[in-house]
Amino acid sequence: MYDFDVEMPTSVAEAVAALSQEDAQALGGGQTLIPTLKQRLASPSVLVSLNGIAEMKGVCIGEDGQLCVGGATSHAVVAKDAAAHFAGLAELASHIGDPAVRNRGTIGGSLANNDPSACYPAAALGSGATIVTNARSIAADDFFQGMFTTALDEGEIITEVRFPIPQAANYQKFLQPASRFALVGVFVAKFADGVRVAVTGASNDGVFRWTEAETALGSDFSAGAVDGLTVSGDDMISDLHGTGAYRAHLVGVMTKRAVAAAG
Amino acid sequence: MPKDGGIGASSKRREDVRFLTGAGNYTDDINIRGQAHVYFLRSDIAHGTITSINTSAAEAMPGVVKVFTGVDFEAVGGMPCGWQVTDRHGQPMQEPRHPILAHGKVRHVGEPIAAVVAETLEQARDAAEAIELDIAELPAVIDMKAAVSADAPKVHEDLTSNLCYDWGFVEENKAATEEAFAKASHVTTLELVNNRLVANPMEPRVAVGDYARGTDDSTLYTTSQNPHVIRLLMGAFVLGIPEHKLRVVAPDVGGGFGTKIFHYQEEAFCTFAAKACNRPVKWTSSRTEAFMSDAHGRDHVTRIELALDGDNNFTALRTETYANMGAYLSTFAPSVPTWLHGTLMAGNYKTPLIYVNVKAVFTNTVPVDAYRGAGRPEATFQLERVIDKAARELGVDPIALRRQNFVTEFPYATPVAVEYDTGDYVATMDKLEEMADLSGFDARRQASEAKGKWRGLGVNCYIEACGIAPSNLVGQLGARAGLYESATVRVNATGGLVVMTGSHSHGQGHETSFAQVVADMIGIDENMVEIVHGDTANAPMGMGTYGSRSLAVGGSAMVRATEKIIAKAKKIASHLLEASEGDIELKDGAFSVAGTDKSVAWGDVTLAAYVPHNYPLEEIEPGLEETAFYDPSNFTYPAGAYACEVEVDPDTGKVTIERFTAVDDFGNVVNPMIVTGQVHGGLAQGIGQALLENCAYDENGQLLSASYMDYAMPRADDLPMFGVDHSCQTPCTHNPLGVKGCGEAGAIGSPPSVVNAVVDALQSGGKDVTHIDMPLTPARVWAAMQ
Ligand SMILES: Cc1cc2nc3c(=O)[nH]c(=O)nc-3n(C[C@H](O)[C@H](O)[C@H](O)COP(=O)(O)OP(=O)(O)OC[C@H]3O[C@@H](n4cnc5c(N)ncnc54)[C@H](O)[C@@H]3O)c2cc1C
Repeated sequence: MYDFDVEMPTSVAEAVAALSQEDAQALGGGQTLIPTLKQRLASPSVLVSLNGIAEMKGVCIGEDGQLCVGGATSHAVVAKDAAAHFAGLAELASHIGDPAVRNRGTIGGSLANNDPSACYPAAALGSGATIVTNARSIAADDFFQGMFTTALDEGEIITEVRFPIPQAANYQKFLQPASRFALVGVFVAKFADGVRVAVTGASNDGVFRWTEAETALGSDFSAGAVDGLTVSGDDMISDLHGTGAYRAHLVGVMTKRAVAAAG
Repeated sequence: MPKDGGIGASSKRREDVRFLTGAGNYTDDINIRGQAHVYFLRSDIAHGTITSINTSAAEAMPGVVKVFTGVDFEAVGGMPCGWQVTDRHGQPMQEPRHPILAHGKVRHVGEPIAAVVAETLEQARDAAEAIELDIAELPAVIDMKAAVSADAPKVHEDLTSNLCYDWGFVEENKAATEEAFAKASHVTTLELVNNRLVANPMEPRVAVGDYARGTDDSTLYTTSQNPHVIRLLMGAFVLGIPEHKLRVVAPDVGGGFGTKIFHYQEEAFCTFAAKACNRPVKWTSSRTEAFMSDAHGRDHVTRIELALDGDNNFTALRTETYANMGAYLSTFAPSVPTWLHGTLMAGNYKTPLIYVNVKAVFTNTVPVDAYRGAGRPEATFQLERVIDKAARELGVDPIALRRQNFVTEFPYATPVAVEYDTGDYVATMDKLEEMADLSGFDARRQASEAKGKWRGLGVNCYIEACGIAPSNLVGQLGARAGLYESATVRVNATGGLVVMTGSHSHGQGHETSFAQVVADMIGIDENMVEIVHGDTANAPMGMGTYGSRSLAVGGSAMVRATEKIIAKAKKIASHLLEASEGDIELKDGAFSVAGTDKSVAWGDVTLAAYVPHNYPLEEIEPGLEETAFYDPSNFTYPAGAYACEVEVDPDTGKVTIERFTAVDDFGNVVNPMIVTGQVHGGLAQGIGQALLENCAYDENGQLLSASYMDYAMPRADDLPMFGVDHSCQTPCTHNPLGVKGCGEAGAIGSPPSVVNAVVDALQSGGKDVTHIDMPLTPARVWAAMQ
């Protein structure tokens, strides 16, 4: 690691001010950022920890009935506290990494990082969540802009994520054998007005919606409705763990399984 | 009846108390006053010419003690290779110089180019970034077959080609083998890859060099499986330090799996730099460095052919293997694809003619050397896969085909130079069929099919040569070392014993099982025996731990030394009891005169040895301490039969192991619990190789699987509960304990049964798949199904 300072603000306003310093960077759970620093792949001057900001932590139900998750809430807390309200999301959180990762890693860090194999982006996009920052609210459909790229501006902090609660939802993650991130992960959510299907792990452009499947499932929410639908493997990730064609195939399989499990 | 002490008892591993409570003393726990830290600048280019290297800015950085580059090591030796293989034409292998720090050229990603010694590791790292380095990239050779083509770039320009050696074994059998193939009624051919692996011991490598200016003594603390070998190699061949001025200590070591046998540049560097800087120098490998500097394992590409007669008897076998050496020869690399591989190609079968051809090849990759099993897993995998394929082609039961061809009479001289002393392959197969409930397989297959899964059964046998090795034999085969082992047994006045052994324990539990042996011989409590190892300053010259040799060779040395102790103690007892020596019996820790009730306790005799007031001083010396060296007269031949049942998910290609049964014949067993643990670990590694682990390079020589994000290690939930048995015991005939060795069996025996099972499952699902190369990842299995 290169040298850096650490600041521990206790409010969003303080954090925003701290992040206006040159080369300052937000620190969530550090599960991505700390390994990056250890490998000397980043050299922030100041790390602004979001872990001491009470207003960014916890799970609650908002006035509009949406599930609100503070941007600095750990995966473990989501797994536990969202279970009664949005089981599909809680279940997803409970399978991220290992207990240490779940106790440190945060939803804000995961979404801001937008790793193409991460789980949360599928949940946010698949349930049509709103990403709330210190400056604005961003619809998930506008937030994810390709691998490791989001709509966030420099120094902008995810303070909260608001999830509409679906009638039924499920996330199916096919494990990449080494990292156990998603080789392909599919989040399916059924709402009164339609179905959303979001796919992570597969595309070179990061998380995406499988609109064809959404349409088919909108009229018939059953695994069979996905039969015969395919996605192209051309723009999908090809690496040691699977070709684009394999990932494209898994998108179909995981979607069906998610629909079947959502019931 | 389970015993509660001595040989045959499942004594709890005493060393685990310190390992599991954080009280171990690993090399990284050693910090010496005044210690500086070294950071190695490593090549990120697979092949290139170093056109310039300027360290002046780095030298001026805060905390920097000294910066070293290749020129600083021109005067010392290169890294030595401990085994010289002679090729088919009687020529010695090509042996390139292996510098401590790259000089002139870099030949693999991860090769150390410069070393910065500084007050702190971070300062060393900062300074390393300030080194100005220019490397003119050259085309890299990664693929072995491409590497031996005429126009391939040369890894070493001073060698004639990238071919290290072209080995034929047994060359005299070649013509007869070919004739047998011409006459065969059936020939089964299989091309396969034995995937490159990274050992990944839990503890990465560490070296601390220390130098005492006052006495000119050097000490190296290192994560080694064989400190004496390191002392000899580094002292004599690299740094020119005589052994009496060099001490090598390998304290607690957190797993080795072969990769900590070898002498590495970082060890020589820290020892050298400690003197050059006149202060202790420490290096601790990061996991990233481990991936690109620890010797890798396996990496063979083989074509194997099996000839059968009209009655399905094996009549001949021939193979052609390309074995990757990497960019340089690691310490024992040349022996692995040759003497540790070709000699095992007979397996458990009486195939009369065998010819093995191995082409060892240099490539721009990390050096490859022995990894748990070393050559024997490669042999077993080929043989047991080709037999399975033959059974399928002939439409016969794969177990019946194996049984029909078993060696059944012992001793058995194979056509590949070794003689099996004992074994009972029928017994292990019978036991396997019963334990694995093979008769219930069809019902289990139906149950899987009802769930939409394809179930497969894979069976294989294995044999290995352990207890390495007779020194005179390996000398003829090219070893530049002897392979005996040593032990000093020191009895204290009050009766406790300290055994100093040249074997090294890095997870095997020697401190427990070795103590059981000595305690059993004397008839005293195990806790009266302490096992000391890992320090050249107190253990006699030993060759260390690898090749499942510790109990068979090191244990035998310990038995011999203890026998000497007992013989002398009987003399003392006969004096104390005023009886003739021939009448003295030792039982349950007491010496008695046969046929009388006169006896004297062990502790009285040991006390007399050190307080010799009433003692036959004119006949024997006081004291009770003996040393023995044991050189085995043959290898030992553990063997067994394994069965694996898998389910394949037809939608995704994912394989899950549902049942795994391992029946091993290890000869006599000292501690059944430890043996079971060794088998469990071996199975985990073998299954890891079969399903998960793959060290992959791209065509430019960049390591694609350079961290746990991409290199899949087996985890507990990848593995089933194992069924393990070692009740079939044909004791080794030529060592005093009748033991054969158990450390590698699981890793050797398990990969073929996994692959056999997956092929069987795919066949049951109607897919005409005859082979898939390891690791059988979901993606590969699915691709094979398409
Ligand atoms: C062993 C391991 C296994 C893992 N497995 C999985 C898995 O299976 N699935 C999965 O999805 N993930 C997995 N992860 C990643 C994990 O979920 C992390 O939580 C996530 O990548 C980053 O979250 P974090 O809070 O640790 O962020 P950090 O590492 O602290 O930060 C990551 C990035 O986000 C920025 N940032 C952090 N918080 C905010 C915020 N509130 N607003 C704006 N920017 C912010 C930081 O500046 C940084 O750029 C794994 C990680 C590890 C180490």
